[in-house]
Amino acid sequence: MDWYPLINSLRVALISCVIVFFTGIAAAWYVSKLSGLLKAITDVVLTLPLVLPPTVVGYFLLRLLGPRRILGVWAFNNFGIRLTMMWYSAIFASVVVSFPLMYRTARGAFEAFDRTLEYSAKTLGLSDTYIFWRIRMPFCRQGIIAGTILSFARALGEYGATSMIAGYTPGRTTTISTAVYQLWRTGDNSLAMKWVLVNLAISFSVLTAINFLERGKQ
Amino acid sequence: MSLYVDVHKTFGNFQLDVELSLGNEELALLGASGSGKSLTLSCIAGIVKPDRGKIIIDGVTVFDSEKGINVPPQKRHTGLMFQNYALFPNMTVYQNLRAGQRHSDTNEIADILSRFGLEEVKDLYPSQISGGQQQRTALARMLLSRPKILMLDEPFSALDSHLRFHMERELLDVFNGFGGSVILVSHSRDEAFRLCRRVAVVSGGHIDVEGAKNEVFADPKTRNAAILTGCKNISRCEYISDEKIFASDWGIELVCREYRPDTKYIGIRMHSITHELEGINCFECRVVQVIENPFSFTVMMIPRESDCNAKPIGWEMDKNLWQKVRADYVKICLPPENILLLKE
Repeated sequence: MDWYPLINSLRVALISCVIVFFTGIAAAWYVSKLSGLLKAITDVVLTLPLVLPPTVVGYFLLRLLGPRRILGVWAFNNFGIRLTMMWYSAIFASVVVSFPLMYRTARGAFEAFDRTLEYSAKTLGLSDTYIFWRIRMPFCRQGIIAGTILSFARALGEYGATSMIAGYTPGRTTTISTAVYQLWRTGDNSLAMKWVLVNLAISFSVLTAINFLERGKQ
Repeated sequence: MSLYVDVHKTFGNFQLDVELSLGNEELALLGASGSGKSLTLSCIAGIVKPDRGKIIIDGVTVFDSEKGINVPPQKRHTGLMFQNYALFPNMTVYQNLRAGQRHSDTNEIADILSRFGLEEVKDLYPSQISGGQQQRTALARMLLSRPKILMLDEPFSALDSHLRFHMERELLDVFNGFGGSVILVSHSRDEAFRLCRRVAVVSGGHIDVEGAKNEVFADPKTRNAAILTGCKNISRCEYISDEKIFASDWGIELVCREYRPDTKYIGIRMHSITHELEGINCFECRVVQVIENPFSFTVMMIPRESDCNAKPIGWEMDKNLWQKVRADYVKICLPPENILLLKE
């Protein structure tokens, strides 16, 4: 059995998870400090990929990154690289699709923070650095970890946008989800079943990890 | 130790204008929610920056808008206890106390743990201990930070009434041991009266009346202060002569001890009404409602001589007295010395 789809899937999911971790937290921090109409609009825009069909996201990405589109042309002229139909093209799809999960979970954690903890810490003479790392972050930690796991799982399971932007080239752009579809389509049921079981094992571990963290909360 | 506060701040259409000075005594800020009591504490602690004004704690100017002084909360040395106690949930009782300690001294923590009866729970998290223990932890943590003044925001609101009684007594001990300026924010007149020497009635962002508690309760001066100090019978009034006014909501003429030109309302506390057959300000009233309290009766009455649109007057009395005078019509007296003359 060729393990390329597993390695490629994990590689794509890990890289997009790292990107989403930082951008999601930064966006959450920024939006949690906004108010009014600006906050409402920013929030809708950042959450949109969560509710859009992945094919719509894929379509948008192709309009931006395609070989004749603005970013695609720019990347090719400046770095000589193609943005679509490569293994790393799947990262663009996974990042966009999993970003809202990280962003929303982290924002929820930041907004749930009890400001009186910060205020009373200040009157007790504790420094801002201490308050951030020893009080605020422990308070939000579980939310951030849960967000990271959820976005990793979402990135791993991404199919729609990925198949549009990275396609299916065996040994070059296949991920587990695109492999399962192609194997079923070509009638290779036993191999498709193996990949289904691999996928189940990964999803099962991720959900168990989340539950374990949830229990740690109490 | 002393405190001088003169702060002004505008929040949308709410305006805070509070000026107060305090020696080594306890002051209760008494007011409805949203009156600016907690905001005043936040200004003193340095959590909220006033638009302008001056705050001097123990001779040190910590805020002065004219001189551009604004000392950060960390350096103001104020103790502020929040309604929810704001204990750090990720730290044990012991770690909470350690975090609040300005000078590391493990004996000091051990002493205060035993003083507040927290030794057994010192390794538990705030969510694992009772409401009373949480409050003691918050008090201990505040004291360990060696504050120059103590400020407590509605300290009993999260406790049930039985525990409240015990914690009130413990708090009195803390105040006596502290010896500096203390500000207690409360909406309960009983709490304010029992715990503090001075009372300031706050309403709409400014201090209505301020003074020694006995004086404020005896002569609240404003309608709002009368309500907040627990006066339930308040009527609009009209001037008749320098000794007489007409209580328009009750439809009766009353003799008063003095005349104040700005009097717009009069009030009388429910327990200040007496039962007399005749005398000054005596009226026969029709009983419209009788409410039984655990240890007293509250009788709502309308004076016979007024029309039926009059507002009822409440009279609270001993159970024995009501057993004796119980009738459809009763004779009551509003002693002139007990009538409160109130401004708007």
